[in-house]
Amino acid sequence: MLALQGDVREHVDILEKLGVEPVEVRDVEDLEGLAGLIVPGGESTTIGKILVESGLLDSVRSFFYKGGPVWGTCAGMVLAASATTSGRQPLLGLMNALVERNGFGRQVNSFEKDLEIEGFEEPFTGVFIRAPFFEDVGPGVEVIGKVGEKIVAAKGENILVTAFHPELTDDHRFHEYFLREVCKL
Amino acid sequence: MMDNGQSTGTFRVKSGMAQMLKGGVIMDVVNAEQARIAEEAGAVAVMALERVPADIRAQGGVARMSDPEMIGGIQEAVSIPVMAKARIGHFVEAQVLEALEVDYIDESEVLTPADEAHHIDKAVFEVPFVCGATNLGEALRRIGEGAAMIRSKGEAGTGNVVEAVRHMRAIVGGIRKLGVLDHEELMTEAKNLRAPYELVRWVAENGRLPVVLFTAGGIATPADAALMMQLGADGVFVGSGIFKSGDPVSRAAAIVKATTNFKDPKAVAEASRGLGEAMVGREMGDLSEGEKLAARGW
Repeated sequence: MLALQGDVREHVDILEKLGVEPVEVRDVEDLEGLAGLIVPGGESTTIGKILVESGLLDSVRSFFYKGGPVWGTCAGMVLAASATTSGRQPLLGLMNALVERNGFGRQVNSFEKDLEIEGFEEPFTGVFIRAPFFEDVGPGVEVIGKVGEKIVAAKGENILVTAFHPELTDDHRFHEYFLREVCKL
Repeated sequence: MMDNGQSTGTFRVKSGMAQMLKGGVIMDVVNAEQARIAEEAGAVAVMALERVPADIRAQGGVARMSDPEMIGGIQEAVSIPVMAKARIGHFVEAQVLEALEVDYIDESEVLTPADEAHHIDKAVFEVPFVCGATNLGEALRRIGEGAAMIRSKGEAGTGNVVEAVRHMRAIVGGIRKLGVLDHEELMTEAKNLRAPYELVRWVAENGRLPVVLFTAGGIATPADAALMMQLGADGVFVGSGIFKSGDPVSRAAAIVKATTNFKDPKAVAEASRGLGEAMVGREMGDLSEGEKLAARGW
């Protein structure tokens, strides 16, 4: 768990229920030996700034490019993208995608919606909070969920992103999916 | 509201918004330039208001909701969430702020109360509310009215952290105490706390508030912020402490750093280095009863 800012505890609680041992990553050394890394929801500008200052930006990138599995939720999805439509901010750039921050509007437009997700038999309730979406994705990125034409869930070789927050629900299927399909645990 | 299979304004979406702010610093700003400084420094949100609490104290008069023009200017200037304050009980100010699409409303004792007996019925709004509290009972009453986030009141605009400490200890200590009570005792404790029984029971079973708990009121230094985090706050509001100090740019970044690394004294020491003068503080004993903002609301 990247534990610089955001809803870290919510992910940790679910991971513990699923029987894996969460580690809170605050420093470069914490990344060693991890089976996967979750970048939680939060403020992407704040997390991005702390990633740069702590030296974690480069370390997370090299963790990923050596095959380390990563899942970004909301702010984590913004940070995983290679570019934003709204200008400069530090990004991890793990996925060939153009992200629109706050793509559904301000907080009064935040919403819940049942989504069809590729590979899920039953719909999954997406909790969208000032959520982003991918406007466009490049080769190697598989779209697994949409709201209208907006891409809200996608997956690559060793990466998963969701614009919504499975960690705010009691439905653990996305956490299981990450552990099984991306971390190969 | 349900539209196109999408439900807005659910409690999960409102309280979830505050969950995304955890571990962060929310800064009071009075114009777009300050908002940009706050965002640049790593603030997770800004609170748009006309005067910081220290100036409200100094200038006196009735303090009200900010000018929509000013709020709009700040919304234009930054991409992080923008919060704004409504007077306690002034539900029309809250309606106006909702129409302006602010991301969170603070029903705040820093402004002059509009209703001495009633707080706003927050559950009917689509926009979420944060409210101040001095103890656990007050926090649960506000949650009962629909608040999706709680903050300690502290004593805003004093640069003195003592009241924020008192309130955080009262809230967190109250939560710990509920954990050791048995079922018969919980109803009695709900009576003593003057709080809804269902919420008292939830807190007893879960060992925390059902919403995010921030701290506010008198935080002026990186060490103040780290202190409040170690006392159990999920995050920090800083009001006058930044823009009433000698070097707001450095102090804003330093308070963010100390909040992120609140368990690491070396990092807090590093963040505290060479910040220039902190805001001038006020001793609680020097405040008259009428000047104490935390007594507003119930």
